Amino acid sequence: MKFSDLGNDLYTGKRSIPVVPKRRTFYLVSLVLMAIAIAGLGINKLNLGLEFSGGSEFRVTTPAVPSDYESQARDALGAADDSTGVRVSKLGATTVRVQTERLSEAESARVASELAKTFEVDSDKVSSTFIGPSWGDSVTKQALRALIIFLILVAAVLAIYFRNWKMAVAALIALAHDLVITVGIYSFSKFEVSPATMIGFLTVLGYSIYDTVVVFDKVRENTTEAFANGRMSFAKAANLAVNQTLVRSINTTAIGILPILSVLVVGTIFLGPGTLLDLALVLFIGILVGAYSSIFLATPLLVSLRSKDQSVVELDKRSARSEAKRAKEAKEAPVTVGAPARGQASPEGSSAVEEVSGSSAPLADDESPATVTGRQVHKYAQSGPRNQPKRAPKSRRK
Amino acid sequence: MAQMSHATFARRALAGMAVLAIALMGLLFGANQFGDGSYAPKLGLDLEGGTEIILKPRLTGDRSVSPEQINQARDIIVQRVDAGGVAGAEVTTQGGNNIVISMPGTPSKQQEDGIRRSSQLQFRPVLAIAAGTPEPAPSASPSGSASPTPSGSASPSASPSASAPVASPAPSATNNSAIPGALSTEASPSPSASASATPSTSASPSPSPSPSASTSGAGQAAGDPYSLDQITEEMTAQFTALDCSKPEALEGLVDDETKPIVTCDQDGAAKYILGPVVVSGDKISDASAGYQVTPQGQQTTTVEIQLSLNSEGTKQYADVSRKMVGLQQPQNQLAATLDSRVIVAPSFNEAIPNGKASITGGFGITEARDLAQQLKFGALPISFDLQTRNQISPTLGSEQLRYGFYAGLVGLLLVTIYSLLQYRVLGFVTIASIVAAGLLTYLAITILGWSHNYRLDMAGVTGLIVAIGFTADSFIVYFERIRDELREGRSLESAVATGWDRAKRTILIADGVNFLAAIVLYLLASSSVRGFAFTLGLTTLLDILIVFLFTHPLVTLLARRKFFRGGHPMSGLDPEKLGAVKKTSYAGRGRFTTNPPRVAGGEGSAS
Repeated sequence: MKFSDLGNDLYTGKRSIPVVPKRRTFYLVSLVLMAIAIAGLGINKLNLGLEFSGGSEFRVTTPAVPSDYESQARDALGAADDSTGVRVSKLGATTVRVQTERLSEAESARVASELAKTFEVDSDKVSSTFIGPSWGDSVTKQALRALIIFLILVAAVLAIYFRNWKMAVAALIALAHDLVITVGIYSFSKFEVSPATMIGFLTVLGYSIYDTVVVFDKVRENTTEAFANGRMSFAKAANLAVNQTLVRSINTTAIGILPILSVLVVGTIFLGPGTLLDLALVLFIGILVGAYSSIFLATPLLVSLRSKDQSVVELDKRSARSEAKRAKEAKEAPVTVGAPARGQASPEGSSAVEEVSGSSAPLADDESPATVTGRQVHKYAQSGPRNQPKRAPKSRRK
Repeated sequence: MAQMSHATFARRALAGMAVLAIALMGLLFGANQFGDGSYAPKLGLDLEGGTEIILKPRLTGDRSVSPEQINQARDIIVQRVDAGGVAGAEVTTQGGNNIVISMPGTPSKQQEDGIRRSSQLQFRPVLAIAAGTPEPAPSASPSGSASPTPSGSASPSASPSASAPVASPAPSATNNSAIPGALSTEASPSPSASASATPSTSASPSPSPSPSASTSGAGQAAGDPYSLDQITEEMTAQFTALDCSKPEALEGLVDDETKPIVTCDQDGAAKYILGPVVVSGDKISDASAGYQVTPQGQQTTTVEIQLSLNSEGTKQYADVSRKMVGLQQPQNQLAATLDSRVIVAPSFNEAIPNGKASITGGFGITEARDLAQQLKFGALPISFDLQTRNQISPTLGSEQLRYGFYAGLVGLLLVTIYSLLQYRVLGFVTIASIVAAGLLTYLAITILGWSHNYRLDMAGVTGLIVAIGFTADSFIVYFERIRDELREGRSLESAVATGWDRAKRTILIADGVNFLAAIVLYLLASSSVRGFAFTLGLTTLLDILIVFLFTHPLVTLLARRKFFRGGHPMSGLDPEKLGAVKKTSYAGRGRFTTNPPRVAGGEGSAS
């Protein structure tokens, strides 16, 4: 109930979160988060898995592979959980394959003898080799090239769709912000980065840009309207748009994050570190940061970027004039009996915020049902047709 | 009227959705019934395990393999594996010279060969041709024809070497004219002649004069790839002894681009001595397979591979063709060799300046397509032999998948509760839509698993979980827009219509951007990134489909029911609760309306 009230108030602008006016605060928050993330990257270098850098591989040939070969092998290596990046699998019926990060000669000799002891085979039944990366430089290079081309295309598409390249720039900055923070915070977990994690980062990228576009579409709608009628400054229209989509953002984030959260919780309780938990963590951070940036970063950035635009400056002047006029009317209006024009003058938008104190209470009374025949009859009509509502002269309208 | 058409449209859309779902189900059923489909989605390497193939480079002599070659080979193998669908295989190197391919499922022998073979295409001029097996005509033809020839080529040392082969044909042609039936189309003109060619060459060895003869006669430079004087004595012996019908015939073959080689054709029906490479396979810029088209534009049943050469290759090819047109049989034949075996050796009728080469020969259309793909990705720098092939267990424990599944269910339950709290009865529309999306996703991935070998790995599974969020977002955007319009004071039906118009744009652009990401990444990236792009594209497409053909029609129809239209408190669309603005405006003739249409700038009309 309360939530739906919040939605209504946010929509009309009765209540509003000062996202755009307070944008410097949010910039600061973002900068601090990014600084932490980059520091995290600096301190805990991303722990790249053996898929990226290659590693050592051991093959144990044993007449009968025990069913708990995986835990046995892990114990032998002293890596009970998966976080250290040991991959164990069974080949055919008689071979256990153990892959680890790259080990030195001495270490691999030690590991080989450990494995031989664990599986009770002769040490010549354990072979060790180096393996190359499966996600090598060429894969990374191709992926990066694809990403760059995608970003260029997406910037072009957004610039054309929104008819404004600054929106595309703001969206891309928000995107970079999300990725840096996600990767940075992930680095604190010291989990190993596997190809699955990389895919997680890409998913975050998709989500972030999606979220920003949805908010921007509302910003576009509101600012187009503001440009058309000149009643609201650009910043106010943008702020209203963010507030109007806030309920949607909260709902979307909740629905997106609930399944991830349950994976995260289940993974932590029952599984411990592993691909599932890695991915859930990446997505959890990514979706939260993506939602944050789409609300608190992208739109304020857009306002900052556009604040010097000719058209925006002009709009600000127009809206200031329009607001002053409406404020003046509002002041005059209570004097006139019946105040018919007043009710109309506070329709919606940020102008309502200023008028909240004085005008909303009588308005509510105005609208309370004055029923006579069971039908709602408006006050104007009650006093008969002669009492026509007053219309402002043409020159004073707006 | 307009509402009628809305409703009709909505019903049609829902019917279309149902038809689509049923058609997909039918397809899945058919795939299971008549094909090798399955009702469960195919799982990726990390969840299901698969096959591990270790390839060892085939090294002859004292050649060794460099790390660059291995890396290059790995990259090409990745491309080849990727071309077979979105299976998410892992390709690594092992110990610096082996290549390990781990792929889900069990690759067929054919797939395995396709991955493994070098696919090195080269163009070499033909110096001599003979029947593949020495047995039938062998002792007869080489010896028989050999003896006459030397005399032929040796004695008239003054006469051009080219004439030597031509001179000898008559005797030998009769001997083994039946040979190269393998050279089906363009190559076929040469058989009798080519057969004849052999003896001369095989003969030429013993008398050293032949080189000198050809040099003097043809007046060609010593380094000329077309001249017969490259044929050494040793080669002739080798050529004579070569039996192409034996599988191990070419085992010891050293393929050096700059030297002539002795080799067989693909099915062992003919053997060749070929000059050094004149145009190499890395000059191929594109390759495609199809049926040959006659100059009249009619399709024939001959399968051909069209090659486009890059600028350097075009120049070389033009040079070669110009020179070879003037030569005699069989020297005017240019052999296309694949992994050192001759596919086809057509003769030139005219110079070809445009860099378009076409190869026709004894292959079927599927084989040709595979080959074209391999040619496009480039040849492996080395050939590989299969060392071991093993079943491999999943790298992720089965518990990961199980708990992931449970967690997904719990998450779905939470989503259900949340959307019911938020949207009341309208929440059921969300849930129904998610269920419909789930059904379509299941159908799509099982069918794609069957047709494109699409496999779900762990990242894919979580991607699908995130997709719940994407899909739900479309509904949320839509519902919030409807609520916004209700707040503006519209009636429900018009709120649905207007809200949809606005939400549609948002959904389309947001999904469009994601789809763009999917396409770009799918086309340009490789291995698991490609798999991700596929999943992203699939879920985005399904999202749009569901919103347009399921959710919106459903809401349109529901908006006509009294429960929703009357704004029942539980409907989630109660104007009262949404604080709908009851604006009053003068509608003329003494009437007032409380729900003015929302027009930009129009609200102020009464101020």
